[in-house]
Amino acid sequence: MDFVLPQLVAGLSVGSILLLAAIGLSLTFGQMGVINMAHGEFIMVGAYTAFVTQGVLGHAGLSLLVSIPVAFVVGGALGLVLEQTLIRHMYHRPLDTLLATFGVGLILQQVARDLFGAPAVDVQTPSWLRGSVEILGTAVPWSRIFILGLVILVVAGLSALLAYTSLGRRIRATVLNRDLAETSGISTRRTDRLTFFVGSGLAGIAGVTVTLIGSTSPTIGQSYIVDAFLVVVAGGIGKIKGAVIAAFSLGLLQAFIEYSTTASIAKFLVLVIVVAFLQFRPQGLFSVRTRSLA
Amino acid sequence: MTATIETTTPERQRTTVTTRRRAGLAPGVPRTKGTMVGLILLGLGLAVLAPALMTDFQLGQLGRFICYAMVAVGIGLAWGRGGMLTLGQGVFFGLGAYVMAMHMQLADAGFAGEDAPQFMRNFGASLPWWWEPFRSELFTLVAILLLPAMLAFALGFSVFKRKVKGAYFAILNQALVAAFVVLLVGQQTTLNGSNGLSGFQSWFGLSLYDPANRRLLYYVAVAVLLVMVLIAFWIMRSRFGELLVATRDSEERVRFLGYDPALIKTITFVIAAVMASVAGALFVPIVGIISPAEIGVVPSIAFVIGVAIGGRATLFGPVIGALAVAWAESSLAQTFPSGWSYFQGLLLILVIALLPGGVASVVHYLRNYRSYLRFNRNRRSS
Repeated sequence: MDFVLPQLVAGLSVGSILLLAAIGLSLTFGQMGVINMAHGEFIMVGAYTAFVTQGVLGHAGLSLLVSIPVAFVVGGALGLVLEQTLIRHMYHRPLDTLLATFGVGLILQQVARDLFGAPAVDVQTPSWLRGSVEILGTAVPWSRIFILGLVILVVAGLSALLAYTSLGRRIRATVLNRDLAETSGISTRRTDRLTFFVGSGLAGIAGVTVTLIGSTSPTIGQSYIVDAFLVVVAGGIGKIKGAVIAAFSLGLLQAFIEYSTTASIAKFLVLVIVVAFLQFRPQGLFSVRTRSLA
Repeated sequence: MTATIETTTPERQRTTVTTRRRAGLAPGVPRTKGTMVGLILLGLGLAVLAPALMTDFQLGQLGRFICYAMVAVGIGLAWGRGGMLTLGQGVFFGLGAYVMAMHMQLADAGFAGEDAPQFMRNFGASLPWWWEPFRSELFTLVAILLLPAMLAFALGFSVFKRKVKGAYFAILNQALVAAFVVLLVGQQTTLNGSNGLSGFQSWFGLSLYDPANRRLLYYVAVAVLLVMVLIAFWIMRSRFGELLVATRDSEERVRFLGYDPALIKTITFVIAAVMASVAGALFVPIVGIISPAEIGVVPSIAFVIGVAIGGRATLFGPVIGALAVAWAESSLAQTFPSGWSYFQGLLLILVIALLPGGVASVVHYLRNYRSYLRFNRNRRSS
């Protein structure tokens, strides 16, 4: 039984990164029905924001803390521009948003390549996140604990935003019944913009955290986008609770399969299991009535 | 076939006076005369003009583009006519390609008097049991058609029965491609991992070093493409094609009329998958390599881009679009390596946002506009 704990820790760690990448999507895809393929590139932008912040500030510890809000604003601003120029014309054509935002993603990747070069760059991990701590005989890196803490904070913040603030009420109202929300005096256009800002901003935060576990390259977003979509779809559209459970289940599943096979077989099996799972529950773990996806 | 169309025309007379189109054809259904002229022009251009004007190297390039165009014909049917955005054609393309590549590796090894392909011997591995059947030429050809058909049927039927559609279907497909690539990369000793299979010397006994054989291969690709366009034409004109469009536009109504939308969609998905697989099988001898990088998530979306730009719901739009995009990529990417990505992204955004029917729909708009003008003129004179 001594293999359970390390795999548990690895699974939680994979799950927390998956969840960070997917939580913004559960707003923009789940709540608004927009398939934003550029979400992965927003993660990439967040990662490069961390890189630039570090270059400006020079101090690894300070730059990490500063880059989280900065990346949120940068990612959010990008999302806002995208929503305003492109996506608002396509709310009734979700499949077309997929292709158009894929085009946006291609352009963003090339911008990153032209600005920072094709080779991967590294962001320094602050000294207080280096090393690891022994928990019940298993070495857990501090950076993983930091990511787990951050994701708990983000999920709590987002749930509170949706549950208790007037913006959250407006978002939920718009998702459930756009026309009725409109007649109740809610500006649905404004709500759409704000939802997109928050969702894309969360991608920026996810970008900062992925610099803690690896290098940053222009194509980094693509390694997260498919997994992030799967988490949202498996968890159930428009449910943060679903995304949380799905992300950690997938993370744990992968870690435990990996123990008995290899990393690539584990990844393959997890993807196949999700596809099979959706045959039985096409609506995901939890479902909520949203504007239907054609 | 003509008879059925004539008998169905009176009920489907279009009521909008402005268009005044000949009744009976759903938008985008090709007319017989136009199609034949188009096919002959396409055939002449690819089979006569191109070999006369191009070097052997350029012809090889064009052969690669023709393989992409074959995938596009299937996507045009599934996405343009059936409304199923198939982001996972890389799986089927890859299946066909790897089956063909395995057979060619075994045949080459056989000629060299070896038991296993070169890369396996480098790893010191022996031939896995599931490579054995691909020694047979017949088995290989059957597998190229049957493997993707079975996979597409299993996936399609179960998914469509559960009424998973639209965005979910696209994302599931994409996940499947991601899984497929992960699996291939992991098969280091049996499929050479991320390097893929390459270094082929012969194709069904024909030496690939001989320019005449390479030319023959090119003509085979052109012929297969033309046949696929004919099949697409036949499907679009048939009753099945009408049902497919009806399913795309209103699935519940088709169900209510007593048809099974899941079956209609599955059959179309299977056809598209087989077309992609055949394209992959021809891609391998023409290009000489197949690796996971050619069939991943991004190449799978790239298959769709040509279709979107050319015109997803038309007969020739996907073919011309795929050929044009592939040609533009290879020529532009040489001169402006970074410019191509900007251009491709921008083109995709503009076409999707402003011209969802693709470039081919411009003809349609013009025709409508002309008949609209004629209608106004007639109204004034009468």
